[in-house]
Amino acid sequence: MWSWIDTLVQGLMLGGLYALFAMGQSLMFGVMRLTNTAHGDFLILAAFAGFSLLSAFGLHGVCATAAIQLALLPLAFVFGYGLQRLVLNGTLGKDPLPSLVVSFGLSIVIQNMLTEVFTSDPRALDTGELNMQSLTLGDHLSVGILPLSIFIIAILVVAAMQWLFGRTALGRAFRATSDDKEAAQLMGLDARHVYGLATGLAFVLVAVAGTLQGMRTTFSPTDGPAILLLAFESVIIGGLGSFWGAFAGALILGTTQSIGFRLDPGWGVWFGHIVFLLMLALRPQGLFPKTR
Amino acid sequence: MSALLETHGLTAHYGDFQVLFGVDFVVEPGEVVALIGANGAGKSTFLKSVTGLLKAPRDSVRFGGETISGLAPDKIVRGGIAMVPEGRRLFPSLSVEENLMIGGFTRRAGAWNLNAVYKLFPILRERRHTPGTALSGGQQQMVAIGRALMSNPQLLICDELSLGLSPIVVKEIYDALPSLTQDGLSLIVVEQDVATARAVSQRLYCMQEGRVSLTGRSQDVTHEQISKAYFGI
Amino acid sequence: MKNLQFSVLRASRGSQLALGAGLLLAAVGCTLPWWGQSSWMREFNQIACYFIFASMWNLLAGYGGMVSIGQQAYLGLGGYLMLILSNLCGVNPFVAIPISALLTALAAIPVSQLAFRLKGGYFAIGTWVIADVFRLSFANLGVVGGGSGTSLTALADIERSTRESVTFWMTLSAVVATIALTYFFLRSKQGLALMAIRDSEIASESQGIDVGRVKLGVYVVSALGAGVAGALYFLGNLRISPDAAFSVNWTAFAIFMVMIGGLGTIEGPIVGAVIFWALNKFFSDYGTWYLVGLGLMAIVVTLVFKQGLWGYLQARLGWRIFLVQRRLELRQPYPLNGKTSS
Repeated sequence: MWSWIDTLVQGLMLGGLYALFAMGQSLMFGVMRLTNTAHGDFLILAAFAGFSLLSAFGLHGVCATAAIQLALLPLAFVFGYGLQRLVLNGTLGKDPLPSLVVSFGLSIVIQNMLTEVFTSDPRALDTGELNMQSLTLGDHLSVGILPLSIFIIAILVVAAMQWLFGRTALGRAFRATSDDKEAAQLMGLDARHVYGLATGLAFVLVAVAGTLQGMRTTFSPTDGPAILLLAFESVIIGGLGSFWGAFAGALILGTTQSIGFRLDPGWGVWFGHIVFLLMLALRPQGLFPKTR
Repeated sequence: MSALLETHGLTAHYGDFQVLFGVDFVVEPGEVVALIGANGAGKSTFLKSVTGLLKAPRDSVRFGGETISGLAPDKIVRGGIAMVPEGRRLFPSLSVEENLMIGGFTRRAGAWNLNAVYKLFPILRERRHTPGTALSGGQQQMVAIGRALMSNPQLLICDELSLGLSPIVVKEIYDALPSLTQDGLSLIVVEQDVATARAVSQRLYCMQEGRVSLTGRSQDVTHEQISKAYFGI
Repeated sequence: MKNLQFSVLRASRGSQLALGAGLLLAAVGCTLPWWGQSSWMREFNQIACYFIFASMWNLLAGYGGMVSIGQQAYLGLGGYLMLILSNLCGVNPFVAIPISALLTALAAIPVSQLAFRLKGGYFAIGTWVIADVFRLSFANLGVVGGGSGTSLTALADIERSTRESVTFWMTLSAVVATIALTYFFLRSKQGLALMAIRDSEIASESQGIDVGRVKLGVYVVSALGAGVAGALYFLGNLRISPDAAFSVNWTAFAIFMVMIGGLGTIEGPIVGAVIFWALNKFFSDYGTWYLVGLGLMAIVVTLVFKQGLWGYLQARLGWRIFLVQRRLELRQPYPLNGKTSS
């Protein structure tokens, strides 16, 4: 029985990481109705950025990795803001096609450029000893320090996003612009700037998630799409418009996959997809939807 | 004394289709000007051109002596124009208080703040945490007006305040307007209800098929003149 | 009120010339197996399948307003069904193609019930998830070779030149059929309904159009076409694997072809396929850089020419080969300023 509980715990920890995958996407879709099909690829790009910075400076160990990751965050914000204002703002509108095609094109560009520069060999971000360490809970369970830290970071990020949206002027600006762009402009809000800020923030979240992914496991240039699907499924299972919902969806997805992998390694991801499709069939609005 | 808002020969098109044909319009500081006309006369298009939601031709709109035609709406609003949009357009994701706060996003110096708005419309203080759209029509209108006031504008545009509201509520809302002008706020009141518009304004304009068909002092203009101008007969 | 005199035009000189040229080309093409090389027929088979798939994507997205990144699910399904029918059920592979296409179309019906619960951008990603489910399912199916796939053995007995010729003729017919059927469908009442729905679902419903049924119809037809493309492709390829069958690259190339060629036009995928084939021929040796180039092109075209390159040229120069609209030609100018002269 304990081994099943262990599987469950692993699944929850995995879900924490998936929640971080989902945050950036939930934010962008929530504010702008923009579907960024390159979401996972930007995540991997962040991991590779961390990797190259570490290699460039010849740094090792978990502290160096963490420092590099923190340094990446403002860069990610600027990059996201610029991308939104220069490229993605032009794709917004009633028709989802332009944003889909443009982000799809970006996905292809990123994957192939990364393959060109780094080859398709899997890489990892150096975490020193951290990957091996674990915390023992009682006599029967242990959980890795890194997965647990990721889980805790996920909770903090979700809470922070909830606070930002609910209690700050920026959050009000996001919600208002998302509700009614014209009316928001009549309040003096510059919609283009608001969208830029949203994407900038989303990319910070993507950078956080990407680097944690790189620390947890190996990554390669073509991993992006799988991550996109995980983020998307978490959001749909949890319910659109809710950060805690996406968190819940991610936990469900993580545990489902964990159980699936245990039953048969080939069916792990498949199980997650099936749970997603079941949710779509039985409760399409997700578990905790906010009316949007 | 230069006018607060003036338009010269303002035209507007939706694609190839022309909707406004040379509108001249003036609002002096501290005035209440009414804009009346039937549906489709061009009132909404006129307002969109003034607030920048529709791009106006060069030099056709001036506010406070400066050309605002061609500017983005958020810049125009930050310059001192605020609008209570037709149909209120409150933000469903925001509570009453948050709707008011977002109105104050454009921080200009002035007397209007949350407390002042709650003093004007006390019922809103009780409902401050309710989602904006869960209120009655009249209360929503109060929120919309309060929201517009929060930016401390020089010019407040009220687009069809009476739409969808009962006469008692309409009277309650319009009774609140005169006190606003005491501090020098100018108003453009767009209305289909001609009697209300005449009662509350000093001057009025009537539009018909994209043109100004009548203008004059509200007290001097006759009922007959308005009928002709309104319907174009 | 003045009496307006007008006529409804359904064809133009340009369109009639192009139709003639196309028929001539198809007739000449039929004779290819007698004077052409194997590699040409193989290449034609490949580009034709890309074209058919792109046309189906165009039908779904450009006309139906449903952007999908998962139509490869049906392409792969068509391929695998053809293989299963041929290898395991002893059906003649050439006969298996239409059967597997029909089965694929049938499979699309229940799948659509799930997919249609999502809208817009999330519909697109949802279709990708479904395609991934298909991929994983077949990758775990040992009887068709699992993750590494398997070969089409049922054609081993047939002489090579016969096999190549029949494959070629079937592919050529499929291409002609795709163009013809799309053209006639869009000129029909259903086609008009589709374009109305694309412009506004609510307005269409208020005119009595059953939006749900029309959308389902388009989705199923698109799946049918994708199934044909998949079956034909892997017939020519002689080998199938889950990664090749369900790769998202199919959609990526379809998007490229349609965006370059022109969204929501019939000529679009043709023009796009020709350009794609040319680019492939000259640049595919550059591997990843070639793909980067394609991606950048698609981005630039979408941002700058919202209707695709051909669509832009059409609008600027008035070129139209396949006219699906009914154009109103007035014999007297209609007064635009709203005033009727007394």
